[in-house]
Amino acid sequence: MDQTIWNFIFIGITFALYIGIAIKSRAGSTKEYYTAGGSVSPFANGMATAADWMSAATFISMAGGIAAAGYGASKFLMGWTGGFVLLTTLMVPYLRKFGKATVPDFVGDRYYSNGARLVAVICAIFICMTYIMGQMRGVGIVFSRLFDIEIWMGVLIGGGIVFFYAGLGGMKGITYTQVAQYCVMVFAYTIPVIFISMIITGNVIPQLGLIGNYVKEGSENAQPLIQKINQISTDLGFKEYTAGTGNTLDLFCITAALMVGTAGLPHVIVRFFTVKSVKAVRKSAFWTLSFIAIIYLTAPALGMFARTNFIEEINEKKYQNAPDWFKNWEDQGMIAWVDKNQDGVMQYRAGNVFAGKPAFDDSTKRENGPRAVINEIDSSENEVYYDKDIIVLANPEMAGLPKWVIALVMAGCVAAALSTAAGLLLVLSTSISHDLMKKIIKPDISDKQEIRYARIASFGALVIAAYFGINPPSSFVAKTVAFAFGLAASSFFPTLIMGIFSKRMNKQGAIAGMISGIGFTLSYIIYFQFLTESKNYFLGISPEGIGFLGMIINFVVAFIVSSITPPPPQEVQDMVEEIRIPQGTGKATH
Amino acid sequence: MTNLAQSLSTSRKSYWKANLAITLKLLIVWFFVSFGCGIIFKEYLDQFSIGGAPLGFWMAQQGSIICFVLLLLIYSILMNKLDEKYGYGEESE
Repeated sequence: MDQTIWNFIFIGITFALYIGIAIKSRAGSTKEYYTAGGSVSPFANGMATAADWMSAATFISMAGGIAAAGYGASKFLMGWTGGFVLLTTLMVPYLRKFGKATVPDFVGDRYYSNGARLVAVICAIFICMTYIMGQMRGVGIVFSRLFDIEIWMGVLIGGGIVFFYAGLGGMKGITYTQVAQYCVMVFAYTIPVIFISMIITGNVIPQLGLIGNYVKEGSENAQPLIQKINQISTDLGFKEYTAGTGNTLDLFCITAALMVGTAGLPHVIVRFFTVKSVKAVRKSAFWTLSFIAIIYLTAPALGMFARTNFIEEINEKKYQNAPDWFKNWEDQGMIAWVDKNQDGVMQYRAGNVFAGKPAFDDSTKRENGPRAVINEIDSSENEVYYDKDIIVLANPEMAGLPKWVIALVMAGCVAAALSTAAGLLLVLSTSISHDLMKKIIKPDISDKQEIRYARIASFGALVIAAYFGINPPSSFVAKTVAFAFGLAASSFFPTLIMGIFSKRMNKQGAIAGMISGIGFTLSYIIYFQFLTESKNYFLGISPEGIGFLGMIINFVVAFIVSSITPPPPQEVQDMVEEIRIPQGTGKATH
Repeated sequence: MTNLAQSLSTSRKSYWKANLAITLKLLIVWFFVSFGCGIIFKEYLDQFSIGGAPLGFWMAQQGSIICFVLLLLIYSILMNKLDEKYGYGEESE
């Protein structure tokens, strides 16, 4: 059967499933719209949170990043999982006990100030908006590959579907679709790797690949895979796969910023408002991280397998004999080969092939030769360029797996992008309808009107996100990760922690802390990402890691300011006492 | 303050103290397995190996994640026990 037919079958079945679930679990009240009525089981919420959390970027790019950077990519692995330990032990049980529907709700009530609420709303909108653009772009790219349509059409189709079930179904609708999406993602991610693991290490459990043997050349030649990969890496002029990065402080700060950023992301926090009690929150957090770990323990193995496969299939091979997938992805512009020494053989080495991404000169039609690039050629010996995103997408083809597996991987990518986009869209729409309209601008609106505002807001947010998904400002999407995590780390995380663990923290301290934390982080990121080419970072800390310093600044400023201003009123202090005791968790209200 | 209210407030205080102690211990482990083994002592641990992989490298890529999952399991068990001890645990999910 043709690949396109398989793609249609898999995408068709999964979409029918999502839409069917969404129609069955449509939200009727604001309670169902914001928190799914507060009655989701810890296990189901664990799956939904895992799907919500793992974005298109994780699904498509992370393994490729690991394959390229080796040890250096550990910051993503530790950062995006370790954050859940902070989230679980320091935040969500208490916020769930507090029992309101949104994060700005807690900030506004705890700091008895609509000013604090407004700052929180702006942060939530900014974090979610930057994040959702990347998802829309991801959906667009996958659809355009799958069905050979333009990216803008792909973005519109994806946006339409997300609006249908997130905008209409609210939290209740997205919870159960996310459960289904997690199942699609976990199969799509692990099944190809299981096949590859059996070829390379002879083990059906791919996660054991890191400590497994390389047996592809027969079991008598077996050696630890990690030694094999270190050896072929150094042979080709790369540094060892397992070698350190040389800048420990930067690695430390980026890992820390990703961790605290994770613990401060509003779309992850609100997922825990959908379970019944504090006890259920703890259990659900355990399930969440378990489900995430299945994929995160697979990713480093996949990265190693892919790097080994890629080098073996390509390096020192004649271009004429290159495998089909190589030429297919070359057609897509994700692979390029420049025959620098004119020997007709592809040499893959350390270093750049040319400056930047390939720009092809297609004025001359290629028959059997490679696509010519017009980039400025680099002097290194490396002749093979590849986009690291193809590691997950092309890996099944590299390993010669059946066509239905490739279709499954595509369905997984779409599930990853849609589930995250839906979660973000929900936070965006509730921030506007609930925190902004109901709590600040028009307190007298009814339940029904509030939901209507939420739906209008999700439509508006999607239109903006789709616009930037279609016309991304140059390499903007990649840089927004630094923004979203840096902002969450320097704003929500410290503010929420102090609200729970310090009874003395008052509104003056919290507002001053948030503003100085965000102000510092934003200016650092904007300066180094957009205003200057220079990389003279403060203490060598890159923009991705600066949110960690921003967080410290937020803490320090907040404590100094609060110590010279009056303590919060008694009823607020009583409220803090109350959220520390798990007993008597009501349903989340609004 | 009545006697009842007083004993209620002492019980709340000691519950909170015990809660903080559990949280702090788990966070020390959390810091040690990730930032400690995976980053700060990575070079040192690399001289040991687990199934052919350098230990520091493996901790950074897989070991720390396994520890995180276990930490959340332990947190859930210990906190539920603590809740029961103080009579906050009757709630069903």
